[in-house]
Amino acid sequence: MSGGISLVIELTILVLAIFLGFEVISKVPAMLHTPLMSGTNFIHGIVIVGAIIVLGGAGDTFLKVVGFVAMVLATANVVGGWFVTDRMLEMFKRRPEPRKESAEK
Amino acid sequence: MISDPDVIGLLYLVPIVCFVLALRFLSSPKHARKGNWVGGVGMLVAIATTLALEGIGNWALIAIGALVGSVVGVIGARKVKMTAMPQMVALFNGVGGGAAALVALSEFHVSSGEMATDAIVSTVLSALIGSISFAVSLVAFAKLQELVSGRPITFPGQNVFNIGVLGGAVALATTAVAGVDEQWLLWALIALALVFGVLFVLPIGGADMPVVISLLNAFTGLAASATGFVLDSTVLIVAGMLVGASGTMLTLLMAKAMNRSVTNVLFGAFGQVQAGAGTGMRADDGRTVRATTPEDVAVQLSFARKVVVVPGYGMAVAQAQHDVRQLAELLEQKGVDVKYAIHPVAGRMPGHMNVLLAEANVPYEALKEMDEINPEFPQTDVALVIGANDVTNPAARHDTTSPIYGMPILDVDKAASVIVMKRTMNPGFAGIDNELYLEPQTTMLFGDAKDSVVKLIAAVKST
Repeated sequence: MSGGISLVIELTILVLAIFLGFEVISKVPAMLHTPLMSGTNFIHGIVIVGAIIVLGGAGDTFLKVVGFVAMVLATANVVGGWFVTDRMLEMFKRRPEPRKESAEK
Repeated sequence: MISDPDVIGLLYLVPIVCFVLALRFLSSPKHARKGNWVGGVGMLVAIATTLALEGIGNWALIAIGALVGSVVGVIGARKVKMTAMPQMVALFNGVGGGAAALVALSEFHVSSGEMATDAIVSTVLSALIGSISFAVSLVAFAKLQELVSGRPITFPGQNVFNIGVLGGAVALATTAVAGVDEQWLLWALIALALVFGVLFVLPIGGADMPVVISLLNAFTGLAASATGFVLDSTVLIVAGMLVGASGTMLTLLMAKAMNRSVTNVLFGAFGQVQAGAGTGMRADDGRTVRATTPEDVAVQLSFARKVVVVPGYGMAVAQAQHDVRQLAELLEQKGVDVKYAIHPVAGRMPGHMNVLLAEANVPYEALKEMDEINPEFPQTDVALVIGANDVTNPAARHDTTSPIYGMPILDVDKAASVIVMKRTMNPGFAGIDNELYLEPQTTMLFGDAKDSVVKLIAAVKST
């Protein structure tokens, strides 16, 4: 709903996003591939925008039901994806104590 | 209430920048967590902007939906064990794809009869891809959770049948694009796509799950992007495509790490090939498998200079990662150099082993990727294989008849001595006998990985 941009411009944006995606993701080390998956998992939760638009504008019962289910799924996607990623990345950040001790010995 | 399209466009630019930065921060474990927060802020801006759009109502329904979704999401994210991460990722992929398909369905319902061709194309694509990833995710989840057998499920004429189902879906899609405006078309399309998704993933074995999950990631990204075209939303197009690029890249990486093409993984029903053959382990020249005891292994480990731990799915299943770290620390106190060799497809998803070992507080510097650790195996005194199988099979290097021939492996057999921890002599998920077990320097420590490691810890302490 960004104000009727033309299909050609949208396609241009799409192609640029593909290149950008490959560029950025090629720098992610193999060690972080699982957080990358759950992080991108969180990002595709952006369909929540679509869910809100559908449910927010729903007139008949059919749309309300479909929109509501979409809303629940998309929110679970966003919230769950974010928390799982955060939990995982926190583990990577942690510096274990025993290692330091043995290094000092 | 925001109505100025420029303001809306600018506000939606914020999440785009945030998502790119979030991925950029993932290039190092130090900043990665910060990146996730940046991504979170971006998502909040996107949600707030959408809520402030003109014509948004049904607030109670939105609030309840958000609440239910949040509760499910938070509980799921907090409760899930790190070993169950592949299932969790599969499930989140599925809900994302499902949401995209539902959005498409609604848009088709709302603007029936007055949709431009490009809008119909993207609606149909979004419904198709979203439904397929929803179905694939649920079956992948059931397989990983072992609700259904992880082994490939096949029937005669499967590929032909599957292609038929997909063909039917594509035909319906084409009909809709051609201008036949009937609501049932999209319903039938979604139904066929769901059936295809289930059929598609049934013949894929557990060991190939890293490829499937990566592919799912790409699919949901594409579905989100297609939804972006339906709604004319740049943020959906860009965010979806970033995810699509990530998933595609991981899929190719995983397939490469198995030296197989993506098509072969998806349609090869791998693991059926030798399923019957992999039973008794006795070589033609009379070599047999030798079993050992925790006490013997403890002595070997304690007096080694260099030990390389090779973790696999077995470690994840047994939840042995914390005990493995404890064992490694004990050995380090005895002056042993301990490293971990991580094969790209060890486990059930990309980076699975890294996450488990990080959970157990293993410093990530000790985790070595395949190319880095392979030259070190000849100087290694003991290679400790914990629940890894196919990724250590030397047959991949020389046996042209082996289904895994050509797959890059960890050169575990080059270590002075190899100890394999394994539950039974059953072959791995690929259903192939591992000739590593017959090598003269190899001994087997049978039992559950966790029990064995706990016994090893006790034995090392008393050495």
